[in-house]
Amino acid sequence: MPERPPETALVGEIESPEEQIVEESIEGGLLGQSAEIEAGAVIAGGEGRRRKAGLGFGAWLAIGWLVFIVLIAVLAKTGILTWGDPEESFGECARKGPFADEGTADGFLLGCDSNGRDMIPRLALGAWTSLLVATGAIVVGFVIGGLLGMLAGYFGGKQSRIGGVIAGAFVGAVFGIIIGGVIFAVAIGLGDVLAGVLGGVLGAALGGFAGWRKGDLDTYLTGIFNVMLSIPAIVLALSLTAFLLGSAEEAAQGGGLPPELVLIIAIGVVSIPLVGRIARASALSWAQRDFVLAARAQGAKHARIMVRELLPNVLPAMFSISLLGIAIAIVAEGTLAILGVGVRPPTPSWGNIIALDRGNLFKSPHIVFEASLLIFLTVLALNFLGDVVRSRFDVREGGI
Amino acid sequence: MELAKLIGRRAVQLLVVLIVVSFFTFLLIRLLPGDPTDAIIPFGTEEQKRLLREDLGLEKGFFEQYWDYVSGLAQGDLGHQYSSGRPVSDLVEQSLPISLQLMIYAQVIALLFALPLGVFAAYRAGTKSDRAINTTGFALLAVPNFVLALVLSYFIGAELKWLPTSGYAPGWLDPLFDPSRSPDIGDHIRYMLLPAITLAVGQIAIYMRLLRSDMIATLQENFITMAKAKGIPNRRILWRHALRPSSLTLLTVAGLNVGILIGGAIVVEVIYGIPGMGQKIGQAIFSREYVELQSYVVVIAVLFVLINFFVDFLYSVLDPRIRRARATT
Repeated sequence: MPERPPETALVGEIESPEEQIVEESIEGGLLGQSAEIEAGAVIAGGEGRRRKAGLGFGAWLAIGWLVFIVLIAVLAKTGILTWGDPEESFGECARKGPFADEGTADGFLLGCDSNGRDMIPRLALGAWTSLLVATGAIVVGFVIGGLLGMLAGYFGGKQSRIGGVIAGAFVGAVFGIIIGGVIFAVAIGLGDVLAGVLGGVLGAALGGFAGWRKGDLDTYLTGIFNVMLSIPAIVLALSLTAFLLGSAEEAAQGGGLPPELVLIIAIGVVSIPLVGRIARASALSWAQRDFVLAARAQGAKHARIMVRELLPNVLPAMFSISLLGIAIAIVAEGTLAILGVGVRPPTPSWGNIIALDRGNLFKSPHIVFEASLLIFLTVLALNFLGDVVRSRFDVREGGI
Repeated sequence: MELAKLIGRRAVQLLVVLIVVSFFTFLLIRLLPGDPTDAIIPFGTEEQKRLLREDLGLEKGFFEQYWDYVSGLAQGDLGHQYSSGRPVSDLVEQSLPISLQLMIYAQVIALLFALPLGVFAAYRAGTKSDRAINTTGFALLAVPNFVLALVLSYFIGAELKWLPTSGYAPGWLDPLFDPSRSPDIGDHIRYMLLPAITLAVGQIAIYMRLLRSDMIATLQENFITMAKAKGIPNRRILWRHALRPSSLTLLTVAGLNVGILIGGAIVVEVIYGIPGMGQKIGQAIFSREYVELQSYVVVIAVLFVLINFFVDFLYSVLDPRIRRARATT
């Protein structure tokens, strides 16, 4: 696995092939790069003799682009630099712009959308929304998924009664509520709440007992991740967003969660199992290193080992994954917007700029393509940077 | 023995997934504000709505409703659309073959391009052409599906007018599910080409990079050196000796992608106006047909687990020994 330091990759546990593959497919494009480095090292005839150059032109270009976009987004949001009002409508400019059938509009460099709103402030503010949603979602995914994954990885193969009991009780409670609830309510005829509580308590007790006996936190957590992964990500995100957004009427009355927050939660939840599995794999390989054993021998507590020994080693890999994650989340926001859920107009996001004027693609292509280009460049920059971080991280590993 | 264990594990997994997925989608719907009867008879009186709720089983307790739903599922009853009263299983029968065909085409196109490119890039690893292929692949990975769909339908559909940008004609798989639809292969392919290419492009980049990295590793092996020493031409070494042991990861990922694409093609189907599962899901969300949506999610989750099982099975057939051997060198 690419996120695993090469020399420990095989000493560690042997995962089932299926598990490896899932992670590899998540990694997708990253694989090529790391294999190339490894192959390069083999050819050069040594682990330590890898190329140590500067960041390179491409990486600086990517950083430059990201800084530029973030700067624009922040300036647009705070209103320090005004490019005009993103909601002001200019009738004479509607649907006009570069490459549009109706010609260009003077004074509007990038043209206007179908409501005659200037594209420049809309794209700038859209950058804020898109980046906010994407970053927020990844933060959610990383805090929860990363923590769970590290726990699973650290305790993988170890006995941990407390962890096992908590995880077992949780899983048991879920199934207890479902199965016990149905049995008590349908067969015995108890009330819903009573049946659910009774089932949950019974299930938690059973699960907790099983956890006490076997103490296998890793199995429970991996199981939870696998169940979550068995629903295609986009379908899960779509359903979650649709459900959380509730009915349109309620939103019109100002009720419900703000759409940005809903998107952050939905995309974040979807990313939990993905991040969790990567964090688990990384933590698992580090947890078997000697320095962890040494810390343990010195009497360090589990929590201390995880924070002081494991975390600093897992973080760099996680950082590169988070860059990729943000890229994926930006695309997810766009996808959800096109499917009709997400940030509500008039607040622009890159996704809903495209979604709103998809119907005008053939007559005024500039609206859709300007937002698309921004998404493409940002995703490309994030992917590239993630790759660079990853390979530099690997290089440093080779020296140990 | 191995196989029996595998099947047993997957059966348990399928059961767990079914229970969890059906319960949580059900729970989410119950938690949702609003009353489905408002969508069916928006102008009905309170009494009418109450009767209808009773009719739909909505007046029952939560667990009883869930039980009704699950026992219906077990008998293949996916529920009914609120607005039209049509069984959801009919809708699935109509839309699933469309999505399946789209997915198959996308995979075929992706593999057709990825295989030669990956082999070539690995053979020429480190050269300019390898870097060019790799960079292009990397750039393609950054193109979201919906952006590519819009770009293709604008340039190839609207500007060049080569292919239609929206619509669908039945293909070879539709009559199997719904005999009333006669296939029109020519039209079918014209409608499916752009969407299939859209879905394929991202896959090409992934597959190519996978194959390339595996192939580079294989080419370091002793049996390749041996083959070279015997004077076997490079072409034959690449395609006959090196490709097969290098393609395990590729095949498995391609298999897993089949499941992902069923759900992931939603946005492509919506943009190209293809009436597959994806579009149905979009419509269900839009018109708040929650029973319908819930059933689609369950169907996709089940398919996903089944496909994963099949891929797992394929993997054990394709001899993991090769992979283990490579991993230790």
